[in-house]
Amino acid sequence: MKTIWTAVVVAIALAACSSKDPKKDVPVSEAGKGSPSSAAATPGAGSGTATKPVTQPAIAGSPLKDPKNILSQRTVYFEYDSNVVKDEFRALLQAHAKYLVENRDARVSIEGHTDERGSREYNLALGQRRAEAVKRVLTVLGVPEARVETVSFGEEKPEATGGSEQAWSKNRRGVLRYAGE
Amino acid sequence: MRQLLALFAAALLSLQAKAQLSIDITTSGGRQIPIAVVPFAGEAAQPLSVSGVVGADLARTGQFRLVSSAGVSPLPSEPSEVGFGDWQARTAEALVIGRMERQADGRVEVRFRLFDVQRQSQIASLSYVVPASQLRATAHRIADVIYEKLTGDRGVFSTRIIYVVRRAARYELQVADADGENAQTVLASDEPILSPAWSPDGAQVAYVSFDQKRPVVVVQNLALGTTRPVASFRGNNSAPAWYPSGSALAVTLTRDGNAQLYRVDASGKGDPARLTTNAGIDTESTVSPDGKWIAFTSDRGGSPQVYRMPTDGGPAQRLTFEGTYNVRPRYSPDGKLLAFVQREAGKFRIAVLELSSGQVTVLTDGGLDDSPSFAPNGKMILYETKSGGRGQLAAVSVDGRVRQRLASAAGDVRDPAWGPFGGR
Repeated sequence: MKTIWTAVVVAIALAACSSKDPKKDVPVSEAGKGSPSSAAATPGAGSGTATKPVTQPAIAGSPLKDPKNILSQRTVYFEYDSNVVKDEFRALLQAHAKYLVENRDARVSIEGHTDERGSREYNLALGQRRAEAVKRVLTVLGVPEARVETVSFGEEKPEATGGSEQAWSKNRRGVLRYAGE
Repeated sequence: MRQLLALFAAALLSLQAKAQLSIDITTSGGRQIPIAVVPFAGEAAQPLSVSGVVGADLARTGQFRLVSSAGVSPLPSEPSEVGFGDWQARTAEALVIGRMERQADGRVEVRFRLFDVQRQSQIASLSYVVPASQLRATAHRIADVIYEKLTGDRGVFSTRIIYVVRRAARYELQVADADGENAQTVLASDEPILSPAWSPDGAQVAYVSFDQKRPVVVVQNLALGTTRPVASFRGNNSAPAWYPSGSALAVTLTRDGNAQLYRVDASGKGDPARLTTNAGIDTESTVSPDGKWIAFTSDRGGSPQVYRMPTDGGPAQRLTFEGTYNVRPRYSPDGKLLAFVQREAGKFRIAVLELSSGQVTVLTDGGLDDSPSFAPNGKMILYETKSGGRGQLAAVSVDGRVRQRLASAAGDVRDPAWGPFGGR
């Protein structure tokens, strides 16, 4: 697992280097500080070993809905002004990439969100960058691009309300939604 | 057209917004014109105090101080009844009198006269015969006349504003008079509504709808209620800005990858013309009133800044240099200023840039101010501010001296845009 992740990170870094996009290589100044980690929310989730057999149909008993399965975790949180996918979400995205690779009918949409600060339209564009950053991780892990959609809601659909960093950190996020959910 | 409007108004009654906006004004410095607006004769028998609305309109600008007519008896309603000494003693420089009379056909005649107290001369005299339902609009027209006679600038009391109200997970696009009264819901949705933009003639609005679970730019005819998509391409479609001709809009699309600027036809037909090509985000267009320039937000240089380029694309020139976050520009009606959002020390405030000198002036002191929009006479800037965790509308004069807060009784009010002159 570790080597795959390293490969992913290298690939993303290369992608970032080859791009003129100024936001793609924004340094993460406070990685892992003060922002919620959904990977840590489920015991044992970080290892990725909680993933159930992925051949199950995506209906009743779907691993996507099983709260014990890492696939039920759908949110990747970001630092302020950043669209860098943090290490703590690697297990989550690896599990989803694996699921998508093994379930050829599965399609996923990634919603990008920002906190409330700044202008609405620029935030809409920043949310799109976050969604694209998550998509890039999945496609580097082998998920065909055509099965990953992205959309941005900017600051319009916060997960938490309130004008504090605690709320803002929950709102800067990318959320995975599977088709049919 | 009248009939259509009436039908539309009737259809809207069920949607009539419950929460009106109420207005607080603060002023600092600057000369105020002392004016007495005497209650109109016959007004008590009418459903609306026209003189009250006229006085409130004038006071709200911060440019007038209302002088009480208490103690003057009888109150004058005709020129022959005016004792100028009474008003000089009260330090009034201008005086408004009038009368209202019901006509045989049920309509109401409203006559008003404006006097220069010092010179003891009449400056204006007009009369209107209107249905009772038009009394408020008539009061705004009277205030417009008085404002223009006394300040030399065109009044904006008869114009309208548009904004979005969010209550729980419900979004409403509302149009109200410039004083916040008479709010009408023109669109309601369970999905976000963003970035309303008036067409130059005020007959249509463009906005961003999420009804299709992704952002799409829609144009709605306000009188008819009809809608048409003008940009619904793959990816995000957002940030509509009308060209002065009203025949095209600049929009932000991600159809080719990153957010870039395009021109689309207002009919929604034809292919979009791409206006910018770079690896950053370009968004938040505003077209100059002479149609020559588009100013916009771009982070092509690393941080989001305001740029401008020729309307049909071409080399862009950076306009803002102070700080690392200058976004969401809007042209003033004379094209000489840009209002925009500036971040300084973590606070987001409304600032204006004078294009000829490059001078930037910060006008507000909120923490999360957004969405500046000029009044059509260029004197005030309407914007969104946060208070008690809720979005509210506020306005500030271009010189920063007068501030109004338009408080809503309920909900989160955001994303305002001030409409053009006329447009009814």
